[in-house]
Amino acid sequence: MKPVRVIEGGVSVLDRADVDTDQIVPKQFLKRIERTGFGEFLFYDWRRSGEIELEPNPILVTGRNFGCGSSREHAPWALQDFGFEAIVAPSFAEIFYVNCTKIGLLPVTLAEEACHGLAAAGEARISLPDQVVEFGRERARFEIDPEVKHRLVHGLDEIALTLEREDEIAAFEAAGGAARGPVTTSL
Amino acid sequence: MAARTLFDKIWDAHEVAEGLIYVDLHLVHEVTSPQAFEGLRLAGRRVRRPDKTLATADHNVPTDGTPAARLIADELSRKQVEALERNCAEFGIPLYSLGSDRQGIVHVIGPELGLTQPGMVIVCGDSHTSTHGAFGALAFGIGTSEVEHVLATQCLPQRRPRTMRIGYAGELGPGVTPKDLILATIGRLGTGGMTGYAVEYAGPPIEALSMEGRMTICNMTIESGGRAGMVAPDDTTFEWIEGRPAAPADFDAAVERWRELPTDPGARFDREVVIDAGDLAPMVTWGTTPAMVVEVTQAVPEPASETEERALRYMALEPGTPMQEIELDRVFIGSCTNSRIGDLRAAAEMLDQLGASVHPRVRAMVVPGSAQVKAQAEAEGLDSVFRKAGFDWRSAGCSMCLGMNPDILAPGERCASTSNRNFEGRQGAGGRTHLVSPQMAAAAAVAGRFVDIRSLGR
Repeated sequence: MKPVRVIEGGVSVLDRADVDTDQIVPKQFLKRIERTGFGEFLFYDWRRSGEIELEPNPILVTGRNFGCGSSREHAPWALQDFGFEAIVAPSFAEIFYVNCTKIGLLPVTLAEEACHGLAAAGEARISLPDQVVEFGRERARFEIDPEVKHRLVHGLDEIALTLEREDEIAAFEAAGGAARGPVTTSL
Repeated sequence: MAARTLFDKIWDAHEVAEGLIYVDLHLVHEVTSPQAFEGLRLAGRRVRRPDKTLATADHNVPTDGTPAARLIADELSRKQVEALERNCAEFGIPLYSLGSDRQGIVHVIGPELGLTQPGMVIVCGDSHTSTHGAFGALAFGIGTSEVEHVLATQCLPQRRPRTMRIGYAGELGPGVTPKDLILATIGRLGTGGMTGYAVEYAGPPIEALSMEGRMTICNMTIESGGRAGMVAPDDTTFEWIEGRPAAPADFDAAVERWRELPTDPGARFDREVVIDAGDLAPMVTWGTTPAMVVEVTQAVPEPASETEERALRYMALEPGTPMQEIELDRVFIGSCTNSRIGDLRAAAEMLDQLGASVHPRVRAMVVPGSAQVKAQAEAEGLDSVFRKAGFDWRSAGCSMCLGMNPDILAPGERCASTSNRNFEGRQGAGGRTHLVSPQMAAAAAVAGRFVDIRSLGR
């Protein structure tokens, strides 16, 4: 994963609440077995009907509870493939938020008022190391889990990090932690 | 030791280290896994515990009885299911694909095989994984990167969520189902009301429910943003598991352990909500989120926001229209929310009671949640009840819940659906979805519009 530090440039605006992942990338495009190429299907129905127009800026600002619904990681893939590097909203659905952090698409939670200011400003600079969004004369701080931030800033492979903890996992299993569940291979 | 919640007990028992959770069961399906397997191959990684992993094909399989993946007509769907078959063979993961007598919706087959047990941590690349919490498990949906993570390590980095208890008082009235209970709950809490929480559903109305009913409730936790929904395990839970293929060999010992799991008296939740189940009525959604819901006897509400105005436009509804005057084109009984044998029995019983056929304008279908549910329903003669009434009787799959397979709504069609999402285009571009219980769906199929099932023949 590419390190995420400073994201700077134009701001696209999608002023809607409760945007679900079915809108972000409709299901008929989930049949691909690759991770790439989903950008052209982003907000497919809304863009095709002319309901919305979106510029592929580095930053998208949108409404509360963004990314609700299905766990499909295709939604962050499509946003990233389209050109967005950061999504700013008053709140996010949890699975969507986590999915973004796994692929280096920065989710930024800002108060509703700051989101409106950011939308009006049209341009912004987001610094992950400093946890701030600067737009116009504003400077808004955002919160992010310290470990998630560390991983994003350094572009770390999270699976490799967990694999390095093999001793702990093996010890957990040996202590009977893994004996609890059923065995799928002997049904 | 301090009093702990059901959630606390499971979490504490699964922390390999702080913030790293061990997964007891990883369920896999064709849509959210191909890129995860590809990631493993690119990095030269193996699947750490194939014996704690199980796959099935459900999201994009046709429900016309197509007996094998290679015979799926849609090329992209075929390739995705075939990729799942290749990946499972390569990495040694057991798979119930199309044609298997154990194939079905991933959240139906886990409990059906007895794999879903109290106290477990269960994940799947699907947001409705919360279903399994009905057994007193901690179960939640994950994305594809996390699927890859669990395949490679059997663990998942996780932040401890906050805890919420929704305590129900009173009892559900006649004609008021678990689906109505959860729709009403989501309506009160909103689409983001449970975000950040592991939710325990509790109280006498929950304890009185069958496992199917509890699964319906936990299933829809995600529609209010909840990380996981759970119900304390009890005798109803244990009776469900006993005798199933994956039930523990020493069942009594397992039950003894499971009895330790329910929330201790005095345990603290970060948030407590109390709802009187006796106040609830059959529910129908009117908009494009599950929280946009009213009682069947109410009317389409005045929009309170721009979001609601948009929803009404999409749904082509006028404020003030009684819900019971809304005319339907389609009825869908199925999905991981309501496709189990108990759901089909309830719908068939309603049809039996009405003794009438599907309204001439309506096309209605029933899609059993698994091959086993289908076989059981046929053994009980439910299929002939549905067929006689004019329903299309299908084979197992996610079907029209999400329109990834040939079962979809045409633009503008209006559907009463027992599924979980009424998002724009969810059941097909331009389709209009109203979420209801199986009984309400069956009655609506006959009437061609919504009816208050409490007023029928009682």
